Amino acid sequence: MALRGNLRDFTITQLLNLINLAHKTGTLVVEGPSETAKVSFREGKLAYAQIGQEDNSLAAVLHKANKLSVPQYRTLQQRASHISDKELGLLLINAGYLSQEDILTNLQQYFTDIVQRLFTWVEGFFHFDNDLLPPEDRISVRLDLENLIIEGSRQLHEWEQLQDEIPSLDMALKFTDRPGSNLRNVNLSVEEWRVVSFINPRNSIKQIAVATKMNDLEIRRIVYGLLQAGLVEICRQEGAPAPSSNVRVFPTEDKEEQKSLVNRLINRIRSL
Amino acid sequence: MQTVKMVVTGPFNAGKTEFIRSVSEIDVVSTERKITKASEKAVKEATTVAMDFGRITVDDDLVLYLFGTPGQKRFDFMWEILSEGMLGFIVMVDSTRPETFREARSILETFRAYAPTPYVVAANKQDIKDAWELEDMRHALRLDSKVKFLPCVATDRDSVKSVLLELLYSILSEMENGGK
Repeated sequence: MALRGNLRDFTITQLLNLINLAHKTGTLVVEGPSETAKVSFREGKLAYAQIGQEDNSLAAVLHKANKLSVPQYRTLQQRASHISDKELGLLLINAGYLSQEDILTNLQQYFTDIVQRLFTWVEGFFHFDNDLLPPEDRISVRLDLENLIIEGSRQLHEWEQLQDEIPSLDMALKFTDRPGSNLRNVNLSVEEWRVVSFINPRNSIKQIAVATKMNDLEIRRIVYGLLQAGLVEICRQEGAPAPSSNVRVFPTEDKEEQKSLVNRLINRIRSL
Repeated sequence: MQTVKMVVTGPFNAGKTEFIRSVSEIDVVSTERKITKASEKAVKEATTVAMDFGRITVDDDLVLYLFGTPGQKRFDFMWEILSEGMLGFIVMVDSTRPETFREARSILETFRAYAPTPYVVAANKQDIKDAWELEDMRHALRLDSKVKFLPCVATDRDSVKSVLLELLYSILSEMENGGK
């Protein structure tokens, strides 16, 4: 297992993007300054999350979401502590207190909140354990990561980092062919949608910025978010002249001689 | 005597010098200067501040030169000069240092903007225990699936040959497709 490092060098947003694109299954363990977070994924979707020693039992989650009153929560803690979350969930559904959708929605929100808290962590060792899965007695969810990634990107403020990510605004953007990515299921802000409407290999990022009245920082932030979510990729602008150079690549202009030259190189390298 | 050129680029300490050294028939020409930045000193003892230069004689009539770009960002003014007239380029990435991935991406984008020549990306130090898996690196580097991303051990001649050959196959393929 080699997916490990420090948040100083590789942000949570970038990790989520990698996990999403690689459809990873396992658990990301992040050791923060004062606590450890464990975020589990199945095939690139968020399944479960836990932070520090926080009580993340179903009863606690529902209580935090005001779906259970304090007396109800205390009763469950006392009388139902020996049963699993799955069994408790079924009990609550069968008793008519909550629907399955309620339970899943609240769990999703809780897990999402944990991940969003991780966005503020700028230092800490992480590693991805392919063999560590959510506890058997807990309920897992299945949540797409794109929106979380975009949210994480929104929190990125450092100008230098953005400049490193997108060094040139003369390049263009195109939508990725990645299976599963679908703009309709992604929640974008008005500004992000405005940029998306101009994405076309014929439009440079600079031109999009002018059209959307954004400055360098604003357009970089938005493009970075879209890149991290795997929705777009950088490409050469169509119709832009290739960089000209007076220096010849080949010592001959004859195409057949050029091919012969490359074949000679290949044979020579093979013989080394 | 005809000459052609390839450029080996990548972040500081990615393995560019070793890559060229593995196949060059001459000692790699590089000017070593004492590291002055403490952070770089911690990574390695000596580094190049001028370009690395290696040579492979193909036959009586043809020589291939390998140019390595300086790794530190403060020498990036050299990159455009070195990229002029190149057949193609190789971007070396240190598989054990994810903190360099962002810089590697930036270097790749810069070179792509300089010249629309074929390139490959080499994940170096794949023999080391902490090396990232290639698939994970591909996603982290946001490399398109069409980009050749190759495992590499720069101190292993056969590994370096494989990378060079893949670049040459890409060059040939582009020529045969009319540069499309």
